[in-house]
Amino acid sequence: MTLASAPLRPEFERELEPLVDAVPERPLPLAQRLWQQASLRKAVILLALALLWEAAARFADNELLLPTFTQTAKAFVEGIASGELIDKARISMALLLQGYLLGIACAFALTALAVSTQIGRDLLSTLTSMFNPLPAIALLPLALLWFGLGQASLIFVLVHSVLWPLALATYAGFQAVPETLRMAGRNYGLRGLRYVLQILVPSALPAILSGLRIGWAFAWRTLIAAELFFGASSGRGGLGWYIFQNRNELYTDKVFAGLASVILIGLVVESLGFDTLERVTIRRWGVQR
Amino acid sequence: MSPAANVLTRAALPGDASSPARQADAAAAPAGQALLQVDGLTLEYATHDRVVCATHRVGFAVHRAERFVLLGASGCGKSSLLKAVAGFLKPREGEIRLDGEAVREPGPDRIVVFQEFDQLPPWKTVLGNVMFPLLASKRADRSDARERALDALHKVGLADFADAYPHTLSGGMKQRVAIARALAMQPKVLLMDEPFAALDALTRRRMQEELLSLWDEVRFTLLFVTHSIEEALVVGDRILVLSPRPGRVRAELNAHDFGLHSLGSPAFQAQARRIHGLLFDDDKQGISA
Repeated sequence: MTLASAPLRPEFERELEPLVDAVPERPLPLAQRLWQQASLRKAVILLALALLWEAAARFADNELLLPTFTQTAKAFVEGIASGELIDKARISMALLLQGYLLGIACAFALTALAVSTQIGRDLLSTLTSMFNPLPAIALLPLALLWFGLGQASLIFVLVHSVLWPLALATYAGFQAVPETLRMAGRNYGLRGLRYVLQILVPSALPAILSGLRIGWAFAWRTLIAAELFFGASSGRGGLGWYIFQNRNELYTDKVFAGLASVILIGLVVESLGFDTLERVTIRRWGVQR
Repeated sequence: MSPAANVLTRAALPGDASSPARQADAAAAPAGQALLQVDGLTLEYATHDRVVCATHRVGFAVHRAERFVLLGASGCGKSSLLKAVAGFLKPREGEIRLDGEAVREPGPDRIVVFQEFDQLPPWKTVLGNVMFPLLASKRADRSDARERALDALHKVGLADFADAYPHTLSGGMKQRVAIARALAMQPKVLLMDEPFAALDALTRRRMQEELLSLWDEVRFTLLFVTHSIEEALVVGDRILVLSPRPGRVRAELNAHDFGLHSLGSPAFQAQARRIHGLLFDDDKQGISA
């Protein structure tokens, strides 16, 4: 017996007919399609949380400590109807936007400096390691001393809360731009600010957007905390002052309504602002899932 | 154009008329005639603890409408040579002159097609990508750039994908976009750094074929880096063979008789074996020295 060998089989060729009975597409079942909607899934989560809240409040049965969801909703609707909540939210938002935009401008200037010069890099890393761990609210007494009781002090602490995390995120994003893309940009003859704006910024947009989100959340927190701290003396308080005032007068449902406004504004800005921005940019470009 | 006509036109290049003279000594070729003149180029790059010599006194001349190939094993400095011509790398000594002017920095008269697929900014559509260098270098206004970009996309067969984003394309298509981008710019010299190395073998063959037919149509000047002997013979009409570590000129050979049609022919095999000998004998000498 010799070594085993495979049998020699005949060759063949086939003429391929065009496919006529093409495989039809099959739609997904309705339930599956609905479940793919992120907004629907989130709405289900919110609904479950509201039910849980209502049940817990009814069980505790103490509206001074924990008002029910329906009581809070009522206070919220009344606050909206009387215009008080909207007015407070508007004051807070106006202040927030000023501080936020100013912070973004500062962060951009600092990182642009950092990508172009060695001393700028050192400046950025030194300043961020010094000031990033410092809570913005801890600077408020100092700000009050420098800028007096008023908007300027609040904007100062807002800028502080936005600037450092955003500068860090943007710089990290710039560092992660692929070398090939950098060379392609320089190959086109781009340099200086045009190079930063046309190559580095769009390429680092995922990191910049996450920095903007973090900055936004930090700014919100700082603002509400600062208003709780000295809203009374500035004359026209925002949402933080509304919460503080109503706590003093034991309107716990209104305190909850104020907190709910903060949360709602946050949700709207996340879903309408940042999520939309992400969808039309980095998701569309395929650089983030 | 028929294959026979291709061979005829390629053989009748102005650059090839002087090839016997240049075969004797590349550096002695008349400077006024060459489009790209590289003389005694020594390139170095720094790692964190040493300076590595990439090429040692390399000289060559590329004529108009020539397809000039830099061939060598990895580590022979061929990519460094291309980067130096592109202006990304400052030479330690020697000079690069393009159309009589010294090359000092990257510029849109030398468009590079990189090996990596991330050379296309992901935030621009295919059309936007091809228009980008035209607009960035202010070579054309928006409508003119659009026209030229569509024309270039048509040439590489991607007119239907003008509005697609790069992440939706295959690797071969991305390289086609990169080539279209370079064609639309009508650079003095087109630099290609192993553009097909990251593609699968079948796509690579197809892209070589397309590049040659594009050259037949447009007659651009090409400087092409590869580590494949076969690709060098197919794509190039003049081949500079570099020795490894540091890269020095080992030979300059003609390849204008070879194309995809001559793969496997005795003459092709003989030339391939000759190059193989040049590349690997050198290695032995390097070890014994």
